[in-house]
Amino acid sequence: MSKQLELRLSGSGGQGLITAGIILAEAALKDDKNAIQTQSYGPEARGGASKAEVIISEDSIDFPKVTLPNMTLALTQIASDKYIKDISVDGTVIVDESITLPETLKAKHIYRVPIIKTAINEVGKEIVANIVALGLIVGLTGIVTEGSLEAAIMARIPKGTEDLNRLALQKGYELAKTLQK
Amino acid sequence: MAKKVKFLQGNEACVEGALMAGMTFYSGYPITPSTEIAELSAERLPRIGGKFIQMEDEIAGIAAAIGASLTGAKAMTATSGPGFSLKQENIGYAALTEIPVVIVNVQRGGPSTGLPTAPGQGDLMQAMWGTHGDHPVICLTPDSVRETFDLTIRAFNLAEKYRTPVILLTDEITGHMREKIEIPDASEVEIYNRIKPEPGSDYKAYKVVDGDIVPKMADFGSGFRYHVTGLMHDETGFPSNSTKNAGILMDRLMAKITDNLDDIITFEEIETADADYLIVAYGGTARTAKAAVKKLRAEGIKVGLFRPITVWPFPEAALYKLSEQVKDIIVAELNYGQMKLEVERVVKNNAPVRFCGKANGEVLTPEELIQKFKEVL
Amino acid sequence: MNHPLVEGFFRMDKFPHIWCPGCGHGIIMASIARAIEKIGLDKDKVCIVSGIGCSSRAPGYMDFNTLHTTHGRALAFATGVKLANPELEVIVIAGDGDLSAIGGNHLIHAARRNIGITTICFNNNIYGMTGGQYSPTTPTKEKGTTAPYGNIDKPFDITQLAIGAGATYAAKTTAYHVPQMDKLIETAIRHKGFSMVEAISICPTYYGRKNKKGSVVDMMTFLKDSFIDVKVAEKLPPEKKEGKFLMGEFINKAEPEYTEQYDQIIASQKK
Repeated sequence: MSKQLELRLSGSGGQGLITAGIILAEAALKDDKNAIQTQSYGPEARGGASKAEVIISEDSIDFPKVTLPNMTLALTQIASDKYIKDISVDGTVIVDESITLPETLKAKHIYRVPIIKTAINEVGKEIVANIVALGLIVGLTGIVTEGSLEAAIMARIPKGTEDLNRLALQKGYELAKTLQK
Repeated sequence: MAKKVKFLQGNEACVEGALMAGMTFYSGYPITPSTEIAELSAERLPRIGGKFIQMEDEIAGIAAAIGASLTGAKAMTATSGPGFSLKQENIGYAALTEIPVVIVNVQRGGPSTGLPTAPGQGDLMQAMWGTHGDHPVICLTPDSVRETFDLTIRAFNLAEKYRTPVILLTDEITGHMREKIEIPDASEVEIYNRIKPEPGSDYKAYKVVDGDIVPKMADFGSGFRYHVTGLMHDETGFPSNSTKNAGILMDRLMAKITDNLDDIITFEEIETADADYLIVAYGGTARTAKAAVKKLRAEGIKVGLFRPITVWPFPEAALYKLSEQVKDIIVAELNYGQMKLEVERVVKNNAPVRFCGKANGEVLTPEELIQKFKEVL
Repeated sequence: MNHPLVEGFFRMDKFPHIWCPGCGHGIIMASIARAIEKIGLDKDKVCIVSGIGCSSRAPGYMDFNTLHTTHGRALAFATGVKLANPELEVIVIAGDGDLSAIGGNHLIHAARRNIGITTICFNNNIYGMTGGQYSPTTPTKEKGTTAPYGNIDKPFDITQLAIGAGATYAAKTTAYHVPQMDKLIETAIRHKGFSMVEAISICPTYYGRKNKKGSVVDMMTFLKDSFIDVKVAEKLPPEKKEGKFLMGEFINKAEPEYTEQYDQIIASQKK
């Protein structure tokens, strides 16, 4: 069984993290991998924290739920408090810079990044923070190819927002580069 | 052959399958976690000239579908636990009047309102015994998005072929997860359409002729003015108080299923050829079991999986055969042991039947199943 | 020699019917057949749907596409028939209990949608098939087997209920006023959209006997003397209307019909 990647994307409802999860999974399919996406539903998804989970694998995926993520993303403090502590020891944690992380958190990489600020200041719309985050995740981890990610984004976004989303993606990649220096 | 690769939820795949099967009518009532089926049907049906209607309640949802089916439409309704309970009377009506209809139940945690957004498998017995009186039942259970697509088509085909309601029993796990699915070309898919009487032919609405399995079914409005009733009826379709007639009708209804088990029953076996131990699981929980079998096999334990795809009628013969070979059986499901009862009934004393399950709205993880497996075996 | 109406529109081999001597239901059933004959509907394109109860046995005798469904659900089944095939003239026959108690939800929503179904309510103020229990139209203080000390419920006016829910045609008539009934049912069937005719029937076996209403003739005389046409009533002084019930056409207006509106959606979306 080849290694399978488990990702958990969390934030508040309306931040587009479920869309981001679907895009990531669809990008994986374009790379000829398998992917499964699940999400939180109901009151949980409306108030407080919502999450999308994605599993990406070269093989078929049996159990569809994430058990111990290799990568987690949180865009709000509430989501972070709820979901960030489950992470594999060799995993990567990415949170917005506004978030305070518990000192006890253990992971191979922990990044606090100005995701939302970048979306607001450099792209001009907070709503594309999810796409900035996707650029960041893929720039840091390479879990899908950049070509597949862009194609998957373009297939899911509303018509007329292509340039905005391309810019957001670019800013995400740039954030990743600054972190890797 | 050009294949369309899509990334869909099980609920979405259900609608894709229904449309490929020829669905032209959907009526239902919103209920979590099945609502995507209604939403997508509402969007897609008018584009092909089909009809969607949101009815005033769950009972009306199935009633309108049965009414539409009588005019020749392939009709479906979808629901979850509470709505499935409400639909039961009319499931029996469709069974007795032999009107094809597909009922999808995306199971959630019950009883009562329970856990609307969480998975459960507590409706297994209700799918068989939910309506009053003995009646034929076909119930199919997918464990993936692709299989949801395939079994929705099969549900329509079986409903048309055997003139009976067919229940597609999915769950929140497969209903809501998104997964890769290759949608086959329509030319690759086998579609069964109900047999109608020749125009102008002598027609008795409930008489089996020409070596058919079921009576031919005329569309309302096609020139055969016949009567449909939920009362016991004779071959003409009109009510009959004759106990002899009632016996003939009931025997024929039940035999439609029992005489055609090989056609109706499907199941999957994984790693059973040399298995000493057997896990029995279905629907979303089968995914847990598949992962557990792989991990246990990697440890050198000879374990296999038996997965009923048709859960009603239950795949007795195949399971019985396996039970003669294995030392132990464990049934994994999200309830307090509904299929376990059926497995015990079938395997008799061939092997002890253990149980691993819960009904708290969580999925069963492979680790939990493996732990239970090691505990009891 | 049978009447041509019977030969033409009924299933001769299904008679005699199950209704008691003196029951008003046969009168209403015949009126429906006369209306269909007068309009000249194609029998193959008429679908009659019923639920459960005494009146709901009528479709079994009528030579059309007939559907005898579950208790209260006739309108829900009929909605599926009509939406799936709007070419069919769909007529629902329902008793007062069937239509306004167990099936009340379907009545108000079929009316609200203005779907092209004609509902004929055979209102005998009692559950007859089950042996005389009080229904939602049993007048207050009157008796049924389940109201041995008198009914304390307030009765429904089914016609007004349908109007309140949005019916675009609603009328009331009685088993005594046959020429009026014929005309109202004909108008209801011709009406585009949801139409309802509440036909007051009589149940001498249960309602009549339980409430000491006398003979069948007495019950018919009561209908004759107690109902006045709504248009006539407008011109009468109050003292002449006291203790009387109104009948006739209460609403008749044109609004878009449901299946036609759906067909417009199809036309706009179909590729």
